[in-house]
Amino acid sequence: MPHCHVITQPAHRKETKMAVCIAVIAKENYPLYIRSVPTQNELKFHYTVHTSLDVVEEKISAAGKSLGDQRELYLGLLYPTEDYKVYGYVTNSKVKFVIVVDSSNTSLRDNEIRSMFRKLHNSFTDVMCNPFHTPGNPIQSKAFDEIVSGMMAPSA
Amino acid sequence: MESLTLSDVEQKYYSDLFVYCDTDNTKKVASYGRVLDLFRAAQLPSEVVIQITELCGATRLGHFGRSQFYIALKLIAIAQSGLPLRVESLNSVKDLPLPRFVVGKNEAEARHVALYQDPDSQGLYPASAAALIPRPPGRGHQNKKVPPSASAHPVHEAVQPTAPSIETQQAEPTSPVVSPHQSPPTSPPSWRKHKRQHSGGNADRQPVVAPTGAVWTQFREQQTATVAGDGLWSSHSPPLPGQESWVSFTADTPPASTVPGAHPSSVQESTTIRTTVASGATAMSNEIQRQSSGYDDPWKITDEQRQYYINQFKTIQPDLTGFIPGSAAKEFFTKSKLPILELSHIWELSDFDKDGALTLDEFCAAFHLVVARKNGYDLPEKLPESLMPKLIDLDDSAEVPEPTADVVFSASPAEVTPNKSPSMPSLNQAWPEMNQSNEDTAIVHPVPIRMTPSKIHMQEMELKRTGSDHNHPTSPLLAKPPDASEEVKLPATMKFVPANAAGDGYSSSDSFTSDQEPVARQRSQSGASPEALKVAAPPPPPPRPHASHSRSSSLDMNRNFAAASAAGQPQPAAIAFPPAVPPRPLPTQSSVPHTGQRAEPEGATGAGAPLSATSPQQIPQQPNFADFSHFQAFAASEQPSSLPEVDKHSDPGQGDKTSEGAGPLRTVKSDGQADERTTTTVNSTKGSSGPLAPPPKPIRRRLKSEDELRPEDEQHGPQKPNIIAAALATQPSIPRSVGKDKKAIQASIRRNKETNTVLARLNSELQQQLKDLLEERISLEVQLEQLRPFSHL
Repeated sequence: MPHCHVITQPAHRKETKMAVCIAVIAKENYPLYIRSVPTQNELKFHYTVHTSLDVVEEKISAAGKSLGDQRELYLGLLYPTEDYKVYGYVTNSKVKFVIVVDSSNTSLRDNEIRSMFRKLHNSFTDVMCNPFHTPGNPIQSKAFDEIVSGMMAPSA
Repeated sequence: MESLTLSDVEQKYYSDLFVYCDTDNTKKVASYGRVLDLFRAAQLPSEVVIQITELCGATRLGHFGRSQFYIALKLIAIAQSGLPLRVESLNSVKDLPLPRFVVGKNEAEARHVALYQDPDSQGLYPASAAALIPRPPGRGHQNKKVPPSASAHPVHEAVQPTAPSIETQQAEPTSPVVSPHQSPPTSPPSWRKHKRQHSGGNADRQPVVAPTGAVWTQFREQQTATVAGDGLWSSHSPPLPGQESWVSFTADTPPASTVPGAHPSSVQESTTIRTTVASGATAMSNEIQRQSSGYDDPWKITDEQRQYYINQFKTIQPDLTGFIPGSAAKEFFTKSKLPILELSHIWELSDFDKDGALTLDEFCAAFHLVVARKNGYDLPEKLPESLMPKLIDLDDSAEVPEPTADVVFSASPAEVTPNKSPSMPSLNQAWPEMNQSNEDTAIVHPVPIRMTPSKIHMQEMELKRTGSDHNHPTSPLLAKPPDASEEVKLPATMKFVPANAAGDGYSSSDSFTSDQEPVARQRSQSGASPEALKVAAPPPPPPRPHASHSRSSSLDMNRNFAAASAAGQPQPAAIAFPPAVPPRPLPTQSSVPHTGQRAEPEGATGAGAPLSATSPQQIPQQPNFADFSHFQAFAASEQPSSLPEVDKHSDPGQGDKTSEGAGPLRTVKSDGQADERTTTTVNSTKGSSGPLAPPPKPIRRRLKSEDELRPEDEQHGPQKPNIIAAALATQPSIPRSVGKDKKAIQASIRRNKETNTVLARLNSELQQQLKDLLEERISLEVQLEQLRPFSHL
């Protein structure tokens, strides 16, 4: 049982937030944490996340130009592909979260994705608060892992 | 032997001991060696031990059966209490304290207890103390607190100055740190734990001696202080051993390498060594009682330990109610030489409020975990109840039960101890509150229902809209609507018809963006028109209410809008390029005929005057609008072919923006297909009648996405021809009022502008729809792909 965060999504709920892959990318665009449902080649997800970074950058720069410092953290759907959709979220410190969701999961609403990002962000800040964690190091926190597991689809 | 009646506590204790001694697992006979060790651990003079053995009948039998064992134990207790050994006293002595075993069990413990009076586990405590002071064999020296108070027992000298004892301890090679034995009264797990810890402590002890000594001294002093407390033998969880390790810990000695598995060995070890002196049988009994009954949590912090932790806390942060910042804590705990990963985990467990700082309780919990870990205990997955920050007091009784071990957010505030500053909850609470607020806001938006036939689409848009987040920092959306309605007033130059009539068709909203009220939506439409204005530039009077969209495409929209509005503003009179939006249904009925009229004149290229003449209505101002021309073609039987031509021209005669706008718009929109024209026509007619308004929309959409959305729009498709037909039908012959001139022209200009704007809005809306549909399509295709029998496999 997770010790401090519980909000896992029970499978029976009608709309479970099921991501297929969740990644946390550092400011310098290297992954701090990446995890996917290991159905098939995980490399594909890694690749997808990597390519999505371009879109993220584009959105950041676009939004930044128009709105100045007030930028929306949630970037929304970055791009849809055949099999899945990729959503992005960036923090004020340029740490990016990317969630890859299966396209067949059309019941996923935008708001749910936002709340997933919010949870990720919360747990990420908790990890950052840990003095034993060096920013820039891969995230090795059980609490964080639990949160992520709660959001991911059960491994097929 | 006479029968032995044991109290429950005694029974339990004895049976535990028996089990301990029952190394052969015979369940009947205690191994002789073990028993002897035990007895030795009782710190009784050997002759007493012999006597006891005799009395219990073991000598006779040659072995220790259970009953013999029990009797022996009882005799030990009696002896420890200082009573003469008598068989008769077995049952007669009331309230006999349980036999104490140092490092095992010895009455010395009892002395210890009395001496120490520390809430620590009785056994553990003395044990640990013993660890440091193991040496005095048979010497109840738990120097720790050896105040004369306990000197009632002649057998044990005890009461040695701490210092010497420490040194003597050093002599003890295997200081049995804490008697694994000691915990018999306590649950076996703790026992084991202790043992482990002890071993660990032992291991460390050697090297650490000196510094340890110092610590111990301090420790002992504390003990003495607490002597009075007595009876507080709180559960002894890792405490003592922990202490050992602490010492090593702070002294920077290598981490305790406890021997996790070797319980028995450690026990052996401890038994052989321990000889701490315990005094205060009564205290001991109390303690034992307490232990056996209350101790069930291996993670509890004993008072002594807690005191130690508190002192350590003070060295970092003198204010006990203050915080230890993360960096200082990191330094401190890094000294324990645990791997960073484990320290990180410990931190996660102990920083209850996730504020990056440790309060006293959190610090104690963390320290405790470190100690435990160093002694070989695995870290728990979640914070044990007894370590929860709310545990402030040193009471060993079960702490306030943790309501929810999880839920950092919700629980933390509840469990925050008074020490915690209020800042703690804030951070964590902000998020959940935000969540909730988001949820609420999500529900807030009114979702206008579109009246268009594309109900399905509409609903979907609704869904998307409600699902979208409102956290747009640019929530002008929410703020705007009220303004929007006002802005409906057309600027002088551009009379933006509130488009009630025209807008009706659209007002239903085409889910343009989320949280748009009908008015707002119109607004957005007008805003959208700027987008359309990319092509042309009728100034949308009201600034776009939606600065951002929830959908990804929204960013584009924003950009477009932003650009458009910027560009659009200055347009008013210049509708240089009339938006491609076909003449949106004009608000006035007359528009229709005018449209027709206009179209006619439009059709007559170069017929500026006549055009203007006919342009009493706005429609004429949109000569280039496909529908007009088309309309005209139909109604006035003008040559439809003129339409495109008209469109191409930027309306020479009219000189109005509408025409121009219509032209480019038209061109943009049209792919040269007649459909467009019909659409536009329909649109124009639509302007005339509200009911017709909706139809053009789907039609238009169809128009735009014809290629791609054909399959999806099929539903709309059929409607189109009907609508067109209807539109056409409604087309009265366009009377050309040629003579109005100026007034008429101006009026028509105005109307055309309005229509223009409306159409521009419509355009943008439709574009939005297009995007949505595209997305839908993609997802549908995906689904289809999945449903298709795996032909590709």
